[in-house]
Amino acid sequence: MNTKASNSTEYEMSARLAASWYEASARQRLAGLLDESSFEEFIGPEQRETSPHLAQFDLPEQFDDGMIVGRGRLNGERVLVAAQEGRFMGGAFGEVHGAKLTGLLRAARDIGSVPVLILFDTGGVRLQEANAGELAIAEIMRALIDARLARVPVIGLIGGRAGCYGGGSLIAGCCSALAVSEQGRISVSGPEVIETNRGVEEFDSKDRALVWRTMGGKHRRLIGGAEVFVDDTMASFRDAAAYLIQHSPALDASMLEAEQARLEQRTERFGHLEDALDIWQSMGARDAQAIPGMAYEDFVVLADQLEEPRHDAR
Amino acid sequence: MEKLNYRHVAASRAKGEKHQAVVGVVASGNLEVLVERSLPERECEVDIRTAAEGFGEVWQAVVADFVERRSPGGLKFSINDGGARPDMVALRLAQAARAVEGEQV
Repeated sequence: MNTKASNSTEYEMSARLAASWYEASARQRLAGLLDESSFEEFIGPEQRETSPHLAQFDLPEQFDDGMIVGRGRLNGERVLVAAQEGRFMGGAFGEVHGAKLTGLLRAARDIGSVPVLILFDTGGVRLQEANAGELAIAEIMRALIDARLARVPVIGLIGGRAGCYGGGSLIAGCCSALAVSEQGRISVSGPEVIETNRGVEEFDSKDRALVWRTMGGKHRRLIGGAEVFVDDTMASFRDAAAYLIQHSPALDASMLEAEQARLEQRTERFGHLEDALDIWQSMGARDAQAIPGMAYEDFVVLADQLEEPRHDAR
Repeated sequence: MEKLNYRHVAASRAKGEKHQAVVGVVASGNLEVLVERSLPERECEVDIRTAAEGFGEVWQAVVADFVERRSPGGLKFSINDGGARPDMVALRLAQAARAVEGEQV
């Protein structure tokens, strides 16, 4: 067997698979996002800081508890990064998972000049660690706001398998800016949660088209829930992160007032509408039905025509 | 949760100088392998925590086969298993060995 040929084929395969943000693991995303070999992990898997709760439920642990934090460089500039592994317990927040992000954000606040990138991939709080997980969400939000008040840009990148739901979406809502891909979904309540609580007439979680046009990246970009719409590639997320670090708004009273006004206006404009399609139509999209199937480049052009996000609220 | 531990004598020291690597993920039918270069150069240890109980014999066979094929001397493998099948376990062990030997995985 020709080992050289076989190695290069495997390498190409792995590079191609990792080229999709959605398909990549959290570690592959960090490798694709940051400058080559620049990533340095804090509290790595060898330290075995695993969940103190999962063993009680006879559930397997993961050595990094599904949260990878560290520092690296993006186009030569220093950044702090946190990445969630969406395949481990749906990327959900537990005590250790959350504490790692809290610590990173507190460090960012103390340093004051190094931006933070959060690679969300989460269903929300881990049910087995309910109270600890909820507390973690609150601590992270506090730490994130403190970092922003210290003028640190905190950028959220969303395009993973688990989307960005529950407490994760609240944290995303506190970020300076968000980039989202078509595959990324952002919502407080997930499709199944809404259906369970309000009935299938309210929201049919099996209707994938409905889920995507209500919570998906395209809709979030159009209504101003995310600043930048990205393609499902490492390069696109990398460009968006670098751009948003340079273009994130400061957190102050006048920005919050402007945001409040914008959200009131949004409710007034769209609050009575039943479906994302109606919203897109009322925004001026000629063929709203065509938007879900639209290619990345075409959608970016259309989104820029319909509305340009120039705000901070989700 | 079942804990299993296997120790082997490897034919040779694993290549490379990299200190550690981690591959895979703890999910249904999958597993993570943390490999650390922390043992004397002919020794190999595989430490397993698995959600699927009662498969000790299969683990033993997969691990023994892996040590014979790769001779991962000096390496300690720590596994968190989410109920992976033997072929997936063999794949992840091989990936972990390659990763710590410095090859792309």
